Amino acid sequence: MYSFDIEQPKTIADAVAALAGDEEAMALGGGQTLIPTLKARLAAPSRLISLTAIPEMHGICMDDDGRVCIGASTTHAEVAEGVRASYPALSALAGHIGDPAVRNRGTLGGSIANNDPSACYPAAALGSGATIITNARAIAADDFFTGLFETCLEEGEIITELRFSVPEAASYQKFAQPASRFALVGVFLARFSDGVRVAVTGASEGGVYRWSDAEAALNEDFSAAALEGIAASPQGMIGDIHASPEYRAHLVGVMTRRAVAAAS
Amino acid sequence: MAAVTMVVNGNSVSAEAEGRTLLVEFLRETLHLTGTHVGCDTSQCGACVVHVSGKAVKACTMFAQEAEGAEVATIEGMAEPDGSLSRLQQAFQDHHGLQCGFCTPGMIMSAAALLRENPKPDEAEIRAYLEGNICRCTGYHNIIRAIMAASGQELPQLASQ
Repeated sequence: MYSFDIEQPKTIADAVAALAGDEEAMALGGGQTLIPTLKARLAAPSRLISLTAIPEMHGICMDDDGRVCIGASTTHAEVAEGVRASYPALSALAGHIGDPAVRNRGTLGGSIANNDPSACYPAAALGSGATIITNARAIAADDFFTGLFETCLEEGEIITELRFSVPEAASYQKFAQPASRFALVGVFLARFSDGVRVAVTGASEGGVYRWSDAEAALNEDFSAAALEGIAASPQGMIGDIHASPEYRAHLVGVMTRRAVAAAS
Repeated sequence: MAAVTMVVNGNSVSAEAEGRTLLVEFLRETLHLTGTHVGCDTSQCGACVVHVSGKAVKACTMFAQEAEGAEVATIEGMAEPDGSLSRLQQAFQDHHGLQCGFCTPGMIMSAAALLRENPKPDEAEIRAYLEGNICRCTGYHNIIRAIMAASGQELPQLASQ
């Protein structure tokens, strides 16, 4: 790693000020992606501004609208435990990220901000139509994820909280890449009173996306049979040593049907 | 450089650490607690698992400065005060839960975290919990038997055998 200093502010305001004053500074969540990136010398920040020592960014609660609100520095393990009753599909997703030691460090906000095209949480946020709260504004998940490792976050802007509307039924189905445990393909399906949302991770070169054809079919008939004859196109899918674009496109269909069956 | 203070295996320690100093480097190179191993240095093998504030973490994927003020437990703190092996360590020895021994500190620390959360895990739960601990000798069956024995359970034929 290149040399850098670490600061551990105790408030959101102090973290924002620390990032604003230094273009070369980077925010540090749980570090489960950023630290390996730094080891590979793929980033050379002057300072890391840790967001994990900020009490107001930790914890889970339910707001007056029945939304599950989770502080961005809440770990995957804490989410898995904390929303077990209130949002079981989200709990199951969080409880299968990485391994137990990774889940004790990795944070919700860190995963969402990084927007790895194979990460699980972006599918949950997009599939739930979550609202991403930053120090400056509230952003709809539909507007937040803009591409591979890209989001609409501005320089120095930090995610402080996510608010999830709880669907009537939901399921996350992950076909895990066995070495990394990232999603080779993952589908988060959520059925709300006003419609079905299907968010796909791991598959597209553009990162997480909504599979609108499947949503339209499921809005007509919420059953795995409704998806017969609908296939995701391999066009624009990721191809690597683990899976071809065609295989990933096939898995999108398989995982979506499994999610429908699990949520029915 | 910054002064870092933490409690390691019950002892308060304070030393200088750079921002980029990993917790595992601080333990091994500054405190000379070399029981915590570095296998892959890429967060995958689990040989470096220690407990920070009671939670199992990979010490190669956390900075020393982030453990400021924390209680850290390493393999050196697992034995009984008189130096005899803990029940879990003894079970690893009794059931041949180690071959080369390189992964063992991480296996013990992960297993200890598991047993604190779930005192009587079944085989599937043990395998799931050890997902992030790799044994290159592939000695998994005996590791699982050791953990079942340490938790006072009968040793059934493992489902996979």
